[in-house]
Amino acid sequence: MMEKIYLDNSATTAPCEQAVRAAEYAMTTCYGNPSSKHQLGTDAAGLVSAARKNVSSVLGCASEELFFTASGTTANNTAIFGAYEKLRRSGNRIVTTSVEHASVEEPLKRLEAAGVEVIRLRVGADGKIDENELFNAVTKDTILVSIMAVNNEVGAIEPTAAARRAVKRSGSRALVHVDAVQAFGKIDVRPSLCGADMISVSAHKIHGIKGVGALYIKKGTNIKPYVLGGGQENNMFSGTEAVPAIAAFGAAALESADAGQSLERLASLRDGFVSRLRAAGGFEINSPDDALPYIINISVTGCPSEPVINALSQAGVYISAGSACKKGHRSHVLTAMGISPERADCAVRISLSRSTTREELDFAFDELVKIKDRIKR
Amino acid sequence: MKEIILIKDGELALKGLNRSTFEDVLIKNIRRSISGLGDFKYYKSQSTITVEPVRDNVRLDEAADRISRVFGIAAFSRAAAVSKDIDEILATAPEYLADQLSEASTFKVEAKRSDKTFPLNSPQICERVGEAILNAFGHLSVDVHKPDIAVSVEIRDNYAYIRGNQLRGAGGMPTGTSGRAALLISGGIDSPVAGYMMAKRGLELVGIHFASPPYTSQRSEEKVHSLLSKVARYSGKIALLTVPFTEIQEAIRDNCPEEYFTLVMRRFMMRISEKIAQKQGCAALITGESVAQVASQTLPALVCTDAAVNMPVFRPVIGMDKNEIIIISRQIDTFDISIQPFEDCCTVFTPKHPRTRPKLGDVEAAEAVLDIEALTDRAVEGAVLKLIEAE
Repeated sequence: MMEKIYLDNSATTAPCEQAVRAAEYAMTTCYGNPSSKHQLGTDAAGLVSAARKNVSSVLGCASEELFFTASGTTANNTAIFGAYEKLRRSGNRIVTTSVEHASVEEPLKRLEAAGVEVIRLRVGADGKIDENELFNAVTKDTILVSIMAVNNEVGAIEPTAAARRAVKRSGSRALVHVDAVQAFGKIDVRPSLCGADMISVSAHKIHGIKGVGALYIKKGTNIKPYVLGGGQENNMFSGTEAVPAIAAFGAAALESADAGQSLERLASLRDGFVSRLRAAGGFEINSPDDALPYIINISVTGCPSEPVINALSQAGVYISAGSACKKGHRSHVLTAMGISPERADCAVRISLSRSTTREELDFAFDELVKIKDRIKR
Repeated sequence: MKEIILIKDGELALKGLNRSTFEDVLIKNIRRSISGLGDFKYYKSQSTITVEPVRDNVRLDEAADRISRVFGIAAFSRAAAVSKDIDEILATAPEYLADQLSEASTFKVEAKRSDKTFPLNSPQICERVGEAILNAFGHLSVDVHKPDIAVSVEIRDNYAYIRGNQLRGAGGMPTGTSGRAALLISGGIDSPVAGYMMAKRGLELVGIHFASPPYTSQRSEEKVHSLLSKVARYSGKIALLTVPFTEIQEAIRDNCPEEYFTLVMRRFMMRISEKIAQKQGCAALITGESVAQVASQTLPALVCTDAAVNMPVFRPVIGMDKNEIIIISRQIDTFDISIQPFEDCCTVFTPKHPRTRPKLGDVEAAEAVLDIEALTDRAVEGAVLKLIEAE
């Protein structure tokens, strides 16, 4: 059987063994509803609370500041709509970037249609916003600053800590939200470091399973809940807890605790891979040099991304288009970075995990070179 | 009360002595389209086909919906079948047609009595039923010329049938009564519409799709499957042959002048399709081409494409605007699938400046460097068959 080389870890990761075991245990042994008062319910509630402890300790917050949601997307939606509901009378401006994930951009679009002024900060060729522009954009009537920690398409690390400083300087009541879905479990995004009032994370990007995310909300922030119902998650996110996914999240978070070591190793793998591509010619590197090493965005010059992905898939190597590829919908991130349409159409994203090996990247490199020579006109 | 479906066949009535054969095919197609929805029996008389549930296990709503897409049917209606007893008829008519009657403001009653032993004659039946309806729906008035609803009562051999307005059928000829033809289907908007239109004229469809992995993906093949499963709701199941096309497209790219890429490719598609069509017992090819829609569909380009084959090529959307084609694709529910963004073989290696007024001789010269026969034969032999059932 052909070996699978999975390099699409920013789309989702393979669940780690501990996560699978935790989920299985929850499904087979602790299948009660955490709200039920009997023993099975209590056991399930125990799993949720243990997972909350694990995830919050890795994130660096108190467990009562962490609320499980159904995904990174619902965490982002909860943060944005919740902050807006709380502060809509204090101002009418929201500051964000032009390279956010759709789960931030789409809620903001809706608020914009309702009359909120949304400022989308430009990024440079390195994919990063300019701190001075951020300081100028955050005014007294700003109610929310939402900035992603790591860009999902190119891996650019945004200066999220500057958001807190900008808010302080402006004297506004604005809350700071950080979408840390691509950063959590890889680099330190503890609230004290990035100065955020709210941080969104997701389980399946760190070898958990799909169907659960979490939102950190700083104690005393009191945003308005966005999903209403039975009052689960301290009323912040109603709906019966996805106990197996939550338990798996807790297990996966613990496994990512030594992320610092992986980071160094992957940086060296990435650097080697990128320099081989540069030496081979015919590739353009779209990720900035100081990007998170987990994400390598490149363009195979003259080769549209779809055939490249298909051909790699035939060879057992799984990667993504520059971002969720839609014909006619060019990557807004690459466009914002000033990358030409022709080059953006040829962009693919290779995304690593802590278990990616040099051999896997070498194989991917060899295949990429073959494919480039075959497909390029 | 028992409910049945009454079907009026369409143009079939014009077909003279062949009519019975056509009707048999139509019944077979109806039977096939509603198979799995319960046990029915079928009978025909006086250009009406009756579909009658045998047991209570039938899904009649779904059956009526599927019958609305069977070609060869001019009109159909659901009817209540009651015993031939005037009291039962009078009790059933207002109740059975309550939904339609309460929305209408005018009505009339028509009666037909093929069983002459029934004690009331047609005018008498009309009068009694009309009276019963007026008693139940006081807001209605009678209009014999242009009523909102025409209530019809037919006294037949076994039952009395009561029905309201007829629904329009899919029209056309029963699929299969005109023979078989091969549809070249890409995944775009036009070819499923072309297939639908020709199936409507009674042609049984065989699908031919060209796949060029890795330039095209598994998903684009699945997209073609979904499109055909929509068309199959009208045409009945479709045999799809997926042709490996990568070798040919790469050979064209590497050896032919760029401005002729698309035309040389189209000619290969036609040759391969003709061979497959012959093997499959098809007498014609069907494409979704429309004059001047794209560079490869200008008149000179179509002339070059046509010259590659001897079989007649049907292009039912040839004179239609894109918007007109889209209207049909929405009707048959293929539009939303067609616009899914996957590369198909027609969008691979698109020349920057294609020839819009090609001369046949130049195209032939452009492709002469290739081993046309060997490439064509390999593609035909590599074709993979899959049966696509109605969705």
